[in-house]
Amino acid sequence: MTDRPASDPASRRPADGLLARARRSPVLWAVAALAVLLLFNLVANPGFFALRFQDGHLFGNLVNVVKNVAPVLLIAVGMTLVIATRGIDLSVGAVLAISGSVAFTIVEGADDPSSGGTAALAIGVALAAGLVLGAWNGFLVSVVGIQPIIATLVLMTAGRGIAMLITDGNIVTAENPVFDWLGGGYVAGVPVQIVITGLVLLLVAVLTRRTALGVLIEAVGVNPAAARLAGVRARSITFTVYVFIAFVAAVAGLMVTANVSAADANRAGLFIELDAILAVVIGGTSLAGGRYSLTGTVVGALILQTLTTTVLTMGLPDEYIRLFKAVVIIMVFLLQAPRVRAALGRRGRRSATPPSATPDGGAGTAASGSAPPDEVRPASPVPVPGTGDVPGRPAQQEVLR
Amino acid sequence: MTVSDTRPPEEQVPAPPGGPPRTATSRTGWQGAVRRWLRSTSTGSSTFSVLVTAVLLVVLFGAGSIRYENFGYPQVALNLLVDNAYLIVLAVGMTFVILTGGIDLSSGAVVALGTVMAARLLQAGWPAPLVIAVVLATGALLGWLMGLAIHGLQLQPFIVTLAGMFLARGICFAISGPSIPIQDDWFTAVAINVVELPGGTFLSYGAVLALVVVAVAAYVLHRTRFGRTVYAIGGSESSAALMGLAVGRTKVGVYVISGFCSALGGLLFSVYILSGWSLHGIGLELDAIAAVVIGGTVLVGGRGLVLGSLLGVLVLGTIKALIDFDGGLNSWWTKITVGVLLLVFVVLQRVTGRRSGTAS
Repeated sequence: MTDRPASDPASRRPADGLLARARRSPVLWAVAALAVLLLFNLVANPGFFALRFQDGHLFGNLVNVVKNVAPVLLIAVGMTLVIATRGIDLSVGAVLAISGSVAFTIVEGADDPSSGGTAALAIGVALAAGLVLGAWNGFLVSVVGIQPIIATLVLMTAGRGIAMLITDGNIVTAENPVFDWLGGGYVAGVPVQIVITGLVLLLVAVLTRRTALGVLIEAVGVNPAAARLAGVRARSITFTVYVFIAFVAAVAGLMVTANVSAADANRAGLFIELDAILAVVIGGTSLAGGRYSLTGTVVGALILQTLTTTVLTMGLPDEYIRLFKAVVIIMVFLLQAPRVRAALGRRGRRSATPPSATPDGGAGTAASGSAPPDEVRPASPVPVPGTGDVPGRPAQQEVLR
Repeated sequence: MTVSDTRPPEEQVPAPPGGPPRTATSRTGWQGAVRRWLRSTSTGSSTFSVLVTAVLLVVLFGAGSIRYENFGYPQVALNLLVDNAYLIVLAVGMTFVILTGGIDLSSGAVVALGTVMAARLLQAGWPAPLVIAVVLATGALLGWLMGLAIHGLQLQPFIVTLAGMFLARGICFAISGPSIPIQDDWFTAVAINVVELPGGTFLSYGAVLALVVVAVAAYVLHRTRFGRTVYAIGGSESSAALMGLAVGRTKVGVYVISGFCSALGGLLFSVYILSGWSLHGIGLELDAIAAVVIGGTVLVGGRGLVLGSLLGVLVLGTIKALIDFDGGLNSWWTKITVGVLLLVFVVLQRVTGRRSGTAS
């Protein structure tokens, strides 16, 4: 991964030991959680790590984890960029459902449902639908200036209705070799979905971390007005990230529907936006924007999926997945919380400095890069007035622009 | 964010950083006049938003009465309250949270938890009053824990309540996967009996309770120190803290209220549907948020009325009723209509709030 370390530049002073630096990195806790999960599996369920190579394809629990995580991870990558601009996109589940519904309705209604041309048309129209929906979200957020959470809530609410309108309320099933390949095919022994997700991840990593784009996105997240005054085309960047996330949501929609060979407008991608957001946040990216870590997102998504697979391979009913998820999430958040880290006697990073750019004390704010890192956070539960210690407000006002 | 005019002058919160609030006085023409008039009214644009919602409700209901026979009866209007009592209570709790600039995604899951707990405990033979007390206490406790995490640990409300949502649903599943019927005499009595009103109409006990909750919430928000602090936090949290208001206690308090209201909503829902199921109320929190927004409460906090949330729920209920009455329309039109309404109201908020709102 071509990622910057999640610790801020100021903490990369030579005086800081590797350990001290690692302690402050939110990604570390996610990696630790993943390691604990895998270790638990190693003890409780030795078969978990078995990999087989059969008929030229890779099989095994780990492959399943990576394969099943593909749609969530794909969306989480988009969500990382959106959250980095201090936004959020709740509509991805609906976009996913619309994309799948559009594709399968086209395939089902075509004269020759199994031809490659039909599949190409279906995929093309579904992706175009994703782009249009993304442009709509981007328009509401960047041009009209509505808060991202509510702007995308509109499409989240209406989107499933639209998807049901497309499928006429039915679950559309269709058979097409291209979609079968997309759902269960392999490229050089690796499942297609993993390959696609990997390529998108690589593309985003190279585009944002090997060019200035990533920094520009973060600049928009720190302070859109300042970014604009500094010559960053904040509006275009915001617009673009919403188009991008809707596009990857559409791709994920094709994957999900191809996987089960059926488009379910009601249930496809239900709660996937929450899983994606959780993956991003567990990975150490703060919802306050201004900084992101793609590595963290990958780890976060893997944690969620490993958890699911663990619960299932242990023979527990899948109802317990949510409970386990909640417990793990709460633990990761507690470890990431600045107050807890301060209370644990570590030197917490100052997460809040200038009031204008201190969204909150979330798991790390880029704005704090200028702060002296060796100031110890007060462990008192009372906000200290005047130090920008009060969370919430400035960030949310900025979101409104 | 403008300073909401709902507070008496001594509680005025200074404008947040980012430049002085732009006033509408520089604008000429009828728009400026209307804005000045709105500003001069006691509660400013909150009243205006609620007024818009009220007009929308009347228009929707009027259109229904003209379009469909049997729609215009008083009982149809009262049924809006009866069928949406749980959502009203939920929206009231959500209003408190949103007024402070937070959000509570856990409320739908807590409703489900309320129904499952009630059903399971009643099945185990617990007396109804005890069950009610336990359910309400659980909701308040969950809210308290989330509030502590949000204020004490400075985590984002969105994420904390999301974890709360997973936790509550998880506990539901752990208690019981399948749906449990409620056969308790007390619960069924509440479900069946109604309050007779003049003209042969009636309200369910749940609906009456929901209206009482709205009244109590309005009193708390406008007549108590706690309520004014809620508005102050929504206006500007740092200013509220600098003024020495009990920011921490109030912030935790609104989540306790929301948790309590969600649990109460769960009890009302279990009375309404007489079963407890872990999949009850999926997406209910979004309905509640939509109702609050349609009711004119601004999502960044500080401005809004609980009466608006009541009207917002009734607007949603009217849309559902209209689609039910039509018969030819499918249920998914509800979602699309709600989405469109949400959009209209958000854009409206944006337009009316732009001059006085945050400088870009």
